[in-house]
Amino acid sequence: MSSQEHTRKEPSFYEVKKHKGIFAWILSTDHKRIGLMYLYLIMTFFLIGAVLGLLMKLELIAPGKTIMEAQTYNGFFTLHGIIMIFLIVIPGLPAVFGNFFLPIMIGAKDVAFPRLNLLSWYIYLLGAIIAITSQFSGGGPPDTGWTFYAPYSFKTSTNMLPAVLGAFTLGFSSILTGLNFIVTIHRMRSPGMTWMKMPLFPWALYGTAWIQLLATPVVGITLLMTVGERLFHIGFFDPALGGDPILYQHLFWIYSHPAVYIMILPAMGVISEILPTFAQKTIYGYKAIVISTIAIAFVGYFVWGHHMFTSGMSGTALYVFSILTFLVAIPSGVKVFNWISTIYKGSIDLRTPFYWAVSFIFVFMIGGLTGLVLGSLATNVHVHDTHFVVAHFHFIVFGGVGFAFFAAIHYWFPKIYGRMYDETWANMGWLIFFIGFLTLYLPMFYLGIAGMPRRYFDYLPEFHGGNIISSLGAIVMISGLVIILFNLFRSARIGPPAEKDPWKGRTLEWTVDSPPSLENFKEEPEITKGPYEYQ
Amino acid sequence: MSQQVHTDEHRDDIGSRFGMWLFIFTELLLFAGLFITYSVFRYKNWQAFHLAAEELDVFIGALNTVILLASSATIAMSITALQQKRKKLTLTLMGTTMLVGLVFLVNKYFEWSLKFEHGLYPGSETLVEFGKGEVLFFGLYFFMTGLHALHIIAGLGFISFVFYYVIKNKVTHDNFVLLENAGLYWHLVDIIWVFLFPLFYLIT
Repeated sequence: MSSQEHTRKEPSFYEVKKHKGIFAWILSTDHKRIGLMYLYLIMTFFLIGAVLGLLMKLELIAPGKTIMEAQTYNGFFTLHGIIMIFLIVIPGLPAVFGNFFLPIMIGAKDVAFPRLNLLSWYIYLLGAIIAITSQFSGGGPPDTGWTFYAPYSFKTSTNMLPAVLGAFTLGFSSILTGLNFIVTIHRMRSPGMTWMKMPLFPWALYGTAWIQLLATPVVGITLLMTVGERLFHIGFFDPALGGDPILYQHLFWIYSHPAVYIMILPAMGVISEILPTFAQKTIYGYKAIVISTIAIAFVGYFVWGHHMFTSGMSGTALYVFSILTFLVAIPSGVKVFNWISTIYKGSIDLRTPFYWAVSFIFVFMIGGLTGLVLGSLATNVHVHDTHFVVAHFHFIVFGGVGFAFFAAIHYWFPKIYGRMYDETWANMGWLIFFIGFLTLYLPMFYLGIAGMPRRYFDYLPEFHGGNIISSLGAIVMISGLVIILFNLFRSARIGPPAEKDPWKGRTLEWTVDSPPSLENFKEEPEITKGPYEYQ
Repeated sequence: MSQQVHTDEHRDDIGSRFGMWLFIFTELLLFAGLFITYSVFRYKNWQAFHLAAEELDVFIGALNTVILLASSATIAMSITALQQKRKKLTLTLMGTTMLVGLVFLVNKYFEWSLKFEHGLYPGSETLVEFGKGEVLFFGLYFFMTGLHALHIIAGLGFISFVFYYVIKNKVTHDNFVLLENAGLYWHLVDIIWVFLFPLFYLIT
């Protein structure tokens, strides 16, 4: 296998430069470079968001004021939410790995609209800059939380406008990426790659792209209305002028619940790629996974009301939203059974991406099942707006997307950089991170049920024990993160050269050079088999 | 070196049109949020909406509708003209579309200024005295027609961009998908107005 290093004829995409220096990156329309530019931005923001999270956990290590004022804490959880949701988990997997691998996995040279793709990156950057500006100008950092609930979002004297406009701009970038992927998947698959021969990560991206396209405009207009509310007092959400704040909540969640599936679907796609490779076995129930992907994308539209069970809705609406919420758990459950059946009796190769993928299933199940606690009406009222909710969505959003992100970066690292990372360090980083993650978030379930509300910088003395454990977990988790990132950074520079197909994968990206050449394929591949046909 | 033959040369007209339709879909959904808001508030304040709608000038509204429909016709004709290799006619028709679009904006300007003179704008004290339903009606009126006007401006920008490309022979009789997309976008702007006009001017 190592002879592959010498058989390489074409230079890698790193070596082909149209422009000099940094312009080789920021003017490039190559999907691989754009994917990496997203990766570097997203990792930077992730570190900022993680540090904010750590500081909040340190504040909560003891009751009363520990390291920051109440208002600072409000600003921190708002910024933490905006960064993590709008800048990281919504664009995250599609923008980084979707851009880099979608064209390669379907046998294309690039996405359908390469220049639009670069424009999306610039719009993302612009949105990020606008959102961050809110911290340093006007009446101080926004303090509404990432949901910008009316009427507080237009009554507060803090600097809401840039935050809201930033989120709007980021939504625009997300729409354009989704549009690009849909057209790419429809028009640019290799000859012979029928829909049912397409790998599952592109399938997941396809479902995601439709949600991006159909849900994001609604939040776009909602945020614009909030802007109008602040600037011109149009009154849509202001009860004093005849408006309705509950209307804001509906419009906001019509997008923001499907957004949860924008986050989790690509994560599920990554897991569906990794498990067959490391079990050396075809995926169990390919069609079931495809159908459940579409089902999640579809049903996910009609469950937004479960965020508002305590806001005031008719009894009928409550029942309908609750039943639909239970329904959406079924396709997610189908996927979990498929993944576990895929590993069953496989020839398992215990490598770093596999550890991440399996721990993903573990945390995703905890997150999913506690989601049902929130989806049923009676228990929802009890745990609404408590730490239980915080624990639940961190298990899904961070446990789901975060773990899948690290799984993906370890899985595709050899392909992206043409180098291997140090596996001992990678595994150690994973173990520390995993232990830290569970120690951080599991106590929050208990704290929530016991009645500790979310979004307060202080708490009653009886919650002290759980908070100490949780804050220590945060420190452990961050140390794991440092090890993981340090290992990856170091290996990208000086790791041993990687083979074409280090994991013996079967999808198309393992047939091209590591790192790929500019046009990915020497000649257009002809597809005759399904994506996961192992012996 | 053969590396410069990159994806810029890739051309897929069906793909481009498909992308444009998807984008138009998102634009419709953007306005859909406002249409929902409109229907909720109309349902709650139907009497006030009835009275407030009488403040609007149906004549200017109808005139603007005719103007926009005419401009949609000219942009559609420009595509056919280009296919028949009649470049001059194409440019004339595109120019007419843009000119007529500007007339729409000028009308809008006079219409809006009249409302401002009468104190019928969001945040004005006169409007608050009228009542909550009127506040919401004019809030919606300015927000929706304002957003629509922004789309007109974006459409004009798009068309003038393609206008330049036609002059430079980058958009020609065998490569006119960009002009088609500009036309599609202009029709979108048109159809949104076709819904806005009855909602604000006609239903009283």
